Amino acid sequence: MILINTILIGLKEIWTHKFRSILTMLGIILGVASLVAMAAIVKGMENGMKEALIAMGGLDKVLIEQQKVPVHQNHLRDMAPGRTIRDVYALKESAPLLKVVSPEMALERALVARGPKAYRPSEVVGVWKAVLDMNLYELQHGRFFNELDEESANNVCVIGTGVRDELFGSPQEAGRDIVPLGQEIRINDQPFTIVGMFKHYESEMDRKKREEGLKDPSQQAVGPVRQRGWGGRGWNAFWRKNNMVYIPLNTMWVRFRAATGTNNVPDQTLTDIDVKVASLEMLEPALQQARNVLMVTHQGIEDFNFRTQENQIEDINKRIQNARLSGGIIAGLSLLVGGIGIMNIMLASINERIREIGICKAIGATGVSIFLQILIESVVISILGALLGLAASKGLVVLLSELSPTQNTPVIQTQVMLVAVGFSAAVGIVAGLFPAVKAARLNPIAALRYE
Amino acid sequence: MPLVELRNVSKIYHLGGETIRALDDVSLDIDGGEFVSVIGPSGSGKSTLMHILGCLDSPTHGTIKLDERMIHDASPRELAFIRNRKIGFVFQFFNLLPKLTVLQNVELPMVYAGVSGRERRERSMRMLQMVDLDNRSKHRPSQLSGGQQQRVAIARALVNNPKILFADEPTGNLDSHTGEAILELFRELSTQGRTIILVTHDPEIAAVTPRRIEIRDGKVANNLDARLAGLDRQAGSAAAAPALG
Repeated sequence: MILINTILIGLKEIWTHKFRSILTMLGIILGVASLVAMAAIVKGMENGMKEALIAMGGLDKVLIEQQKVPVHQNHLRDMAPGRTIRDVYALKESAPLLKVVSPEMALERALVARGPKAYRPSEVVGVWKAVLDMNLYELQHGRFFNELDEESANNVCVIGTGVRDELFGSPQEAGRDIVPLGQEIRINDQPFTIVGMFKHYESEMDRKKREEGLKDPSQQAVGPVRQRGWGGRGWNAFWRKNNMVYIPLNTMWVRFRAATGTNNVPDQTLTDIDVKVASLEMLEPALQQARNVLMVTHQGIEDFNFRTQENQIEDINKRIQNARLSGGIIAGLSLLVGGIGIMNIMLASINERIREIGICKAIGATGVSIFLQILIESVVISILGALLGLAASKGLVVLLSELSPTQNTPVIQTQVMLVAVGFSAAVGIVAGLFPAVKAARLNPIAALRYE
Repeated sequence: MPLVELRNVSKIYHLGGETIRALDDVSLDIDGGEFVSVIGPSGSGKSTLMHILGCLDSPTHGTIKLDERMIHDASPRELAFIRNRKIGFVFQFFNLLPKLTVLQNVELPMVYAGVSGRERRERSMRMLQMVDLDNRSKHRPSQLSGGQQQRVAIARALVNNPKILFADEPTGNLDSHTGEAILELFRELSTQGRTIILVTHDPEIAAVTPRRIEIRDGKVANNLDARLAGLDRQAGSAAAAPALG
């Protein structure tokens, strides 16, 4: 009851000095706005990075890599089998902690052509159907290889949209979505029929960029059509993902490995074995299991190694943490400055009201009630400022995405908003303490005589 | 049993190297229902006496008993409680809070006493009715005349039904006509049985009260009680003796 009254008196006090109160709140407003907006931008960044990580196959993907035989096994290096399809079968049979096992046989520096047009895609790889789960591909048109294609080593392929863009024309150039199913392309001069095409993959950022480009024709390049610079937009995970050509594993082996190998058997070495663990919590036991299996198939020769995405995750987390820390320090400092502003204005305000405080004391206000009154006023200012700051942060985020629309979308988090308001309230309490104690300790007689 | 009992009260200030005895060994009794004026020139110590009687200040030496309770060594918190429940103040400069309405000003002592909102309203309105200002309850003090403001202050002083009403030069800031009306109001309150202590430097105003206490140089110079009939003014100081008894 008394608390509500005191809050109302505090609000009235703020309302009487509107301009002064707004100026006082400005520090808190800016602090909260920058804190929330900063957190939103960092969250957007984090989402962007995680997006790219998932485009590369997700967090649970583990590569089994070739490695040199260890020094103490050097005398056995001629017997090192390398990674073969036998490992894949063994892992599928004997490592239940692995969810997916996907063999890959890549064609180095492959040239893909249609008529006079030719270009180098990111990869031409012979795969099993497991690759869809492994690299998180989704077919948009046509079909993937079936067992018959695999068994009879058919010359079929499934392509990403990037390959279509290069050989048949992108939707931007053609004005429509070309679906080249049934068309023939040549991979290193071998004819292949396209049976399927994947979805188009792009980051949130690229999607926005593309939509902006479509909306705004003035942005279109002037002069001859050209690629602007090397690499650049191309060399990211999404470009790699879109410029992919998959063919059946057996086709790869029969068509492109025929000239290699020994005893009339083409080289069976796989370029990659990718596995996915059933759950990330079981990462270590799963890897141990895989290692045990591979030690059997490799007869104890350790010519393989594991590479997880842990490093990437750690890297992302570290970058996010750094961004958060620096942003948090800046926002914290501005909240601190806001708090000092509040303390300053509260001191000025009690100096103005010494006589009023004296009157209140004369009619029976205790030190505690004066103390609470000043403290609550200070907290009301800071919380009001924080609420305005939340509104401002919304505006700030909109402004930032207007200014640079191609950035990752900032994500405003409720949690951060709560923390910001809580922190402001704490700042208000701390800033109000000293003025409140000062007011509570005023001598009533001196206060009453004060002019 | 007197309502207020002062025994050998002294108040000593140290200003720079100088020692000032604002009150020097004062002993006084005031009974319930009395209408007393404390009179003396400025610097005589009458304000200090009022502050000590009004529990705004504590004496350096001596004892005070208010309503059967020793208060000379009470804590600031206890003093605030006593000021809130047992004492009402009316000041020369009205001392209303400018940002609150008339009604809120009158309600304020009850806010500190923890009275519920509804009762606060009712009692405040009743008090405003008594001083004939219930139609101004929504106004700000600055919208009222001096006499009206002083009546609001009286309503505020009485709203917690205190034992003693202190008035410090209540007419000092009013024209003589309005001042007369305020004094009339005090007289009326006195006939209703309120204990009123009126502090003034003006003998004319002091003349309206049955009992006058004259302070000079921190001491009680004269303690005249018109009710002690048959005694002439010269015998006044002698009359103080039985009152001290």
